[in-house]
Amino acid sequence: MDKVAILLSWGDQGWADEIASGVVVTVALALATLPFGMLLGFFIALAKQSREPSLRLAANIYTTIFRGLPELLTLFLVYFGVQIGLTQALKAIGFSEGIEVNSFAAGMFALGVVFSSYASEVFLSAFRGIPQGQYEGGFAVGLSSGQTMRLVVLPQLIRIALPGLANLWLVLLKDTALVSVVGLSDILRQTGIAARVSKEAFLFYGIACLLYLVLAMISSIGISAIERRAARGNAR
Amino acid sequence: MSMAADTTRVERPPAPPKPWTRTRIIGWLLVAFWALAGLGFVIYLYNAWNIDLVQKYGPRYWSGLKTTIVLVGLSLLAGALLSVPVALARLSRNPVVNGIAYAYVYFFRGTPLLAQAFLVYYGIGQFSAELKAIGLWGFFRDAWNCAFFAFTLNTAAYQAEILRGAIQSVPKGQWEGADALGIRRWYTFLRIILPQALIVALRPYGNEIILMIKGSAIVAIITVYDLMGETRRAYSRTFDFQTYLWAAVIYLLIVETLRNIWDLIEKRLTRHLKR
Repeated sequence: MDKVAILLSWGDQGWADEIASGVVVTVALALATLPFGMLLGFFIALAKQSREPSLRLAANIYTTIFRGLPELLTLFLVYFGVQIGLTQALKAIGFSEGIEVNSFAAGMFALGVVFSSYASEVFLSAFRGIPQGQYEGGFAVGLSSGQTMRLVVLPQLIRIALPGLANLWLVLLKDTALVSVVGLSDILRQTGIAARVSKEAFLFYGIACLLYLVLAMISSIGISAIERRAARGNAR
Repeated sequence: MSMAADTTRVERPPAPPKPWTRTRIIGWLLVAFWALAGLGFVIYLYNAWNIDLVQKYGPRYWSGLKTTIVLVGLSLLAGALLSVPVALARLSRNPVVNGIAYAYVYFFRGTPLLAQAFLVYYGIGQFSAELKAIGLWGFFRDAWNCAFFAFTLNTAAYQAEILRGAIQSVPKGQWEGADALGIRRWYTFLRIILPQALIVALRPYGNEIILMIKGSAIVAIITVYDLMGETRRAYSRTFDFQTYLWAAVIYLLIVETLRNIWDLIEKRLTRHLKR
């Protein structure tokens, strides 16, 4: 028991500080991916419910690809693809040094793309939940279509899409673990290093799982607070 | 008579040409982008085509694909069996049974599959002495078995929630009706509740299969040579990016095929619900 206490202490002998920095990286990656993925997902949903067939086709190709590929493969495609592409581009202009892609940026991009393709489905079904009369009402009081979207449709849309987006956030939180494979020092990588050095794999991977659970629980609390706030217009 | 009709016939005016609005321009630009990207993809693969590479790695990809399919198929089946008692426990009114089942489901749905695989593969290895004593070490020594074990527990948690939701979606009146007719509880469950629940569960089950196929790629990291594992091995030997692109094509084909098959099954099984 003492041994475990030392292993989990803060400082040179223990791993608590390393693991805590991993938690920060995991949360930072998920938080950085969220706005990017949501914005992209919203525009793809707009394209999917557009009356223009070409726009719908382009959006459907996008979601088919990124919902069909394993997240890990998408990550590798981005990570190695960008690396190879940039190296060759640099070679073309005379530099011969290979470059290393930042794994945080690659992870953010890959996870954001996957997130957006699922988020577009959530937004799309939320769009279907908004009656046509809302648009007509907006136009009738003289709002432009952009204003109608921003002032009338969007606030209702977010409320309808919230449960779906909350689910996707929990999925995103778990998917960040994949980025440890390309070298990001997140929870799973830091606990993995600790497990290898201390030979206490079960303890440290168990801690990793518990940390993900704690993050999920904190998220659930946050999400229900947001949902209550979003629903305050419905209270009677 | 007919002549008069002809002369009085009014020409239908031609449809007004569709204006090139901004959305339309953007839409066609995006379609053109995808078309160019697809063309570039094909040209790249055509130029990169190397018969030695295909002869060497083609069979390995095939065996990797078989590993993926067998691993996912078996864990889905084992998970389906395990999910039944878990779902029943979740439906139970006994707080202890319900609590245990809830904790199980919460743990496996709340943590990354990769972390679970590590926990089983590296973590259980730590207890090799104890496992040898009860004769299970032979099972957990192999990475494939560890992956199968982790996947089974994971998918059982998801499938239990699907099953529970589906059973609860059947209206209570169905139970009461069967009770009123004097049908035994088990018979009611098997012949009245379950068929209606499985129709509801059809779509989530399809999604779960696709999620598992995509999620199974992570076994490559615990040294199982599935499709992703073979891809990684081929890449680390050749540094040829087309190895990853072929894997992407294969995964996309599997997922799209499955999705279409599942749509057909669903259409067939729900044909009595069509209006």
